Amino acid sequence: MTGLVFLIPIALGMGLLGLAAFLWSMRAGQYDDMEGAAHRILIDEDRPGEDAP
Amino acid sequence: MNAPVLNLEAESTLVTTRLTVPGMKCAGCIGKIERELAKTPGIVAARANLSAKRVAISHDPALDEGALTAALLALGFESQPVADNPLGSDDAERKRLTRALGVAGFGMMNIMLLSVSVWSGADGATRGLFHWLSAAIAIPVVAYAGRPFFASAWMALKHRRTNMDVPISIGVILATCMSLYETITGGAHAFFDSAVMLLFFLLAGRALDAAMRDRTRAGIGALLGRMGKSASVIAPDGITRRVAAKDLLPGMLVLVAAGEALAADGEVVEGRSALDNAMLTGESAPEPVVPGSVVNAGAINMGAPLKVRLTHVAEDTALAEIARAMDEAGQSRSSYVRIADRASRLYAPVVHALALAAFVGWMIAGAGWHTSLTIAIAVLIITCPCAMGLAVPAAQVVASGALMRRGLLVKDGSALERLAECDLAVLDKTGTLTLGTPRADIAKLVAQERSIALALAQTSRHPLSRGLAAALLREGVTPAAVEDISETGGLGLSGRWQGLTVALEKPEGASEAGGLLATTLRIGETRQVIAFADPLRPDAAAAIAALAAEGLPARILSGDRAAPVAACAAALGLPAQAGADPRAKLAALEALKAAGHRPLMVGDGLNDGPALAAAHASIAPGTASDASQQAADAVFIGEALMPVALAVRVAKACMRIVRQNFGFSIAYNALAVPLALTGQVTPLVAAIAMSVSSLVVIANSLRLAGAAR
Repeated sequence: MTGLVFLIPIALGMGLLGLAAFLWSMRAGQYDDMEGAAHRILIDEDRPGEDAP
Repeated sequence: MNAPVLNLEAESTLVTTRLTVPGMKCAGCIGKIERELAKTPGIVAARANLSAKRVAISHDPALDEGALTAALLALGFESQPVADNPLGSDDAERKRLTRALGVAGFGMMNIMLLSVSVWSGADGATRGLFHWLSAAIAIPVVAYAGRPFFASAWMALKHRRTNMDVPISIGVILATCMSLYETITGGAHAFFDSAVMLLFFLLAGRALDAAMRDRTRAGIGALLGRMGKSASVIAPDGITRRVAAKDLLPGMLVLVAAGEALAADGEVVEGRSALDNAMLTGESAPEPVVPGSVVNAGAINMGAPLKVRLTHVAEDTALAEIARAMDEAGQSRSSYVRIADRASRLYAPVVHALALAAFVGWMIAGAGWHTSLTIAIAVLIITCPCAMGLAVPAAQVVASGALMRRGLLVKDGSALERLAECDLAVLDKTGTLTLGTPRADIAKLVAQERSIALALAQTSRHPLSRGLAAALLREGVTPAAVEDISETGGLGLSGRWQGLTVALEKPEGASEAGGLLATTLRIGETRQVIAFADPLRPDAAAAIAALAAEGLPARILSGDRAAPVAACAAALGLPAQAGADPRAKLAALEALKAAGHRPLMVGDGLNDGPALAAAHASIAPGTASDASQQAADAVFIGEALMPVALAVRVAKACMRIVRQNFGFSIAYNALAVPLALTGQVTPLVAAIAMSVSSLVVIANSLRLAGAAR
């Protein structure tokens, strides 16, 4: 039973961490442009002449 | 150390302007806008939002909106400043719901963790500890995540009504209080998990509903605002300046450039031109105007610049009168009761009566008030409309998502419900059955003529030039090297190509074109007439047949003259009424409603506005006027008319699924209530029953995903 002393706070702490991460990501605008985020990966960042391999 | 401070100071002087860019479609557009705009002097950064079709530009305050739109136009994107943010409140509501959903999800998972241990046999001090921990999590979570329901239930009770939120709130609050009592007295059953799980599933339904509204409103907002809302006023000293439509005064002299829309009613003082009155009257052929002609707000100048002395402005224009008629006609729609609320009006009294009967019954049977109350609360929890709360939004969100992929934006769930009930379709002609923009007939032109015509046409913003350029570009024509292109207002465009004079001109003598729109392409001394027509949408006949198959016979209600309407009606085999002004259209709709019909109105012009607002449900094309798009329940994009028929079909499929979901919820309750009444429902049974019923409803709704195929 002494394990509970550690396990319950750990479980709750991880849950709270997840909740905090969710609230932060919402406030930071991570969900504002879901469609755009899906397309941004396709933008070709490196332009000729900048960083040649 | 100084550098960051300096940066902060520099940033604080920047301003951010938001523009809607409807043409933004892909990664290439985002990349181009963000990379190229930042190179414009004065613009520090640009950030595109593809979902909302908006660009936020942070720039030097010295740049005004005009300079920003010009910069975007240079990149090939039309844009409009976002005037104010009427949709901001909806956005805030969705965020609040999502936050509440996150909190409820956190609470549910952690309480479940503890509950599972209790169910698997923890007892004594461990059970007590777990119940106390659950209480410590559940009470703040219920207080925070339950607010949307408590607030709505309180509003309903204050007005002596009941809605879905009343049984939800009573169930959640009673379950929490009862569980707290159980925890304090060291009892065996605490329902914290059920209360929080209930909130989680119901919030999921609400959040889905809000997300659907937001998504489509962002799409429609991006389409809005294409019409001129300001005018160039000529001051007595000859200087012109832009004045917003609401600040115009009677007696002002305004300059209306070619291609510009009038912002107020007035009388032509100087200039000869033709006005496109399609927005107001639905008539596609332009109306010639000379000094002395009366012109109305909303008309678009197709020819030479006009000087107009304003007579009626702002609230007095013919346009504003239509807007008032729309407001009045829209009143009836606000009294429509959504299916979920209709269901809860029947449902809530039954559930509350049942819970009360359980309490009284067990008291009479001598079970003691504690047991009786526990059973009554178990009845409330098990009957709480968990699946019902999801039944409607889940189906509607999936249906509207399916429609959106096919180019139809439905504004909200109520629109889908009303669309499914329609039994008659009324269609406008210009811009609805037809495309509403002049299409050039370029079949007679040879390749060389085409490339010269494109070189000339693409330099002008005149509607005919744009129609011609669009038609040529679709054919893959590349422009010829035409030099010295100049535009003479009212006459046309001219330039030089390989030493020859080439021009796009007004045809000599209107009779040559038979009263229709036309332009003459001149190369050297050879002339070629290019005719323009307003053709039917390519799939108009198929869409009307599909509507009829859904049980919606169609008819035409147009403001255009009798002859073109009759021709269109004959081509499609529909009954038609021509020459209807906005009031006549409204009257026709009211007459249909009085005869017991539920008409679906499809129209685009402002003249359709009152009829769109009065109809049982309405759809407007994406090219429609702002007011019409706002009055309509749904907006379809593109050249096809088929989305209209598709909308009706999907709306009907959606309502079938909603009814199945309701049927399932009721069947589930019929099974669960006897268990609850006999006191067999433990927190474990409640949790399983609730999640299973919710998942079944969601799974059933997902079947709609393919409905729009």
